[in-house]
Amino acid sequence: MKPLKQPVWYLRGLALLGVAVSVGSCFSNRQNEGATLYASHCSNCHGAQGEGLKRLIPPLAGADYLTKNRNGLACLVRKGLQGPLIVNGVDYNQVMPAADSHLTDSQITNILNFVQTSWGNQGEIFTIREVTEQLRACGASDGQ
Amino acid sequence: MISSSFRHALSVALLTVAGALAFSSCSDKPDTAQTLPFIGERDVRPRADGGPADTIFAAIPSFTLTNQDGQTITNQTFAGKVYVADFFFATCPSICPKMQSELLRVYEQFKGNPQVSFLSHTIDPAHDSIPVLRDYAQRLGIQDASRWHFATAPHDTIFSLASRYMTAAQKDSGVPGGYAHSGTFALIDSDRHIRGVYDGMVKEEVDRLIKELPILLQEEAAKQKKAQ
Ligand code: HEC
Repeated sequence: MKPLKQPVWYLRGLALLGVAVSVGSCFSNRQNEGATLYASHCSNCHGAQGEGLKRLIPPLAGADYLTKNRNGLACLVRKGLQGPLIVNGVDYNQVMPAADSHLTDSQITNILNFVQTSWGNQGEIFTIREVTEQLRACGASDGQ
Repeated sequence: MISSSFRHALSVALLTVAGALAFSSCSDKPDTAQTLPFIGERDVRPRADGGPADTIFAAIPSFTLTNQDGQTITNQTFAGKVYVADFFFATCPSICPKMQSELLRVYEQFKGNPQVSFLSHTIDPAHDSIPVLRDYAQRLGIQDASRWHFATAPHDTIFSLASRYMTAAQKDSGVPGGYAHSGTFALIDSDRHIRGVYDGMVKEEVDRLIKELPILLQEEAAKQKKAQ
């Protein structure tokens, strides 16, 4: 019986691994949608870790802009931003284009919440309602 | 019996894995000893004396550009050096920031070596004037053009150069930013030949550039020794 022990151990390990993998794929929650949308719409510029790029592109990780301009964030994502601005004491002056394909109000909410809760950020969460209200104020809500 | 056949299967599996590992480390090995390939179209010219034909490799044509410091740069600027070339524009909304941050990574690795230069061409010369290029370079942390040139030239010059560097670039009002282009990094030797082409949007490809550049430098050093 003894020689069997090791292979069984191996098999158990494999089974455990399988369980871990399948549990991992069960978590398709909003945080996940936010992460996916961030990866496809924002990370080329702001970086996978929200680190930005030197003085060309401002960071999102630890950015004071996020708390100081909370009310403008939804419109910023939908419409883009240009002109001089200061983030964490560093001046930037490039163009952030409007999102390259249409993002719904709810998608913008998920992206913003991903940003608010990633890389050590501990910003206040947005509700869809708040995002829709912000977007209405700049004439850019799609009500979805 | 069962256990021994199981063991056998296991050891076969392990051997296969080990074999695969050994195999992959074998195919990794030549990187350090090998010379880099010549890339691009080649021409074979028969020799007048009937000897073995000469192979003529694609080469970067003569160019005259202006860099972010307003200096004229030509092929002569890169004489005796190797350089990495790419194409970008300052207001590029899609791939450029990522590309330029990857190129910055290569620059950081080789900035201590005056044998290695960098040349980024703008494909939007109408917008990217010399002051715009200088501002862009400085914001990226490149204080002067001694090692990394951000260069401009008339539109047609840039676009025909791009294809010679294996970069696809064209005006396309259908894409964000107005230009479609690929994020190619081309590695050029001191004889204007292309010795490597890398996708600047893919970290692993850029890692390969960082690994392969010293192989070319070795070859260049040997060439210079011979010429002395
Ligand atoms: C093409 C590059 C690019 C893309 C893509 C992009 N941004 Fe930006 N972003 C910028 C630039 C450049 C600025 C600074 C604009 C300026 O200088 O006026 C900026 C500024 C910001 C700011 C305010 C400053 C700060 O860092 O806090 C936020 C917030 C922001 N972007 C979030 C996003 C989000 C979220 C996305 C994805 C939906 C995104 N950006 C996509 C380039 C980009």
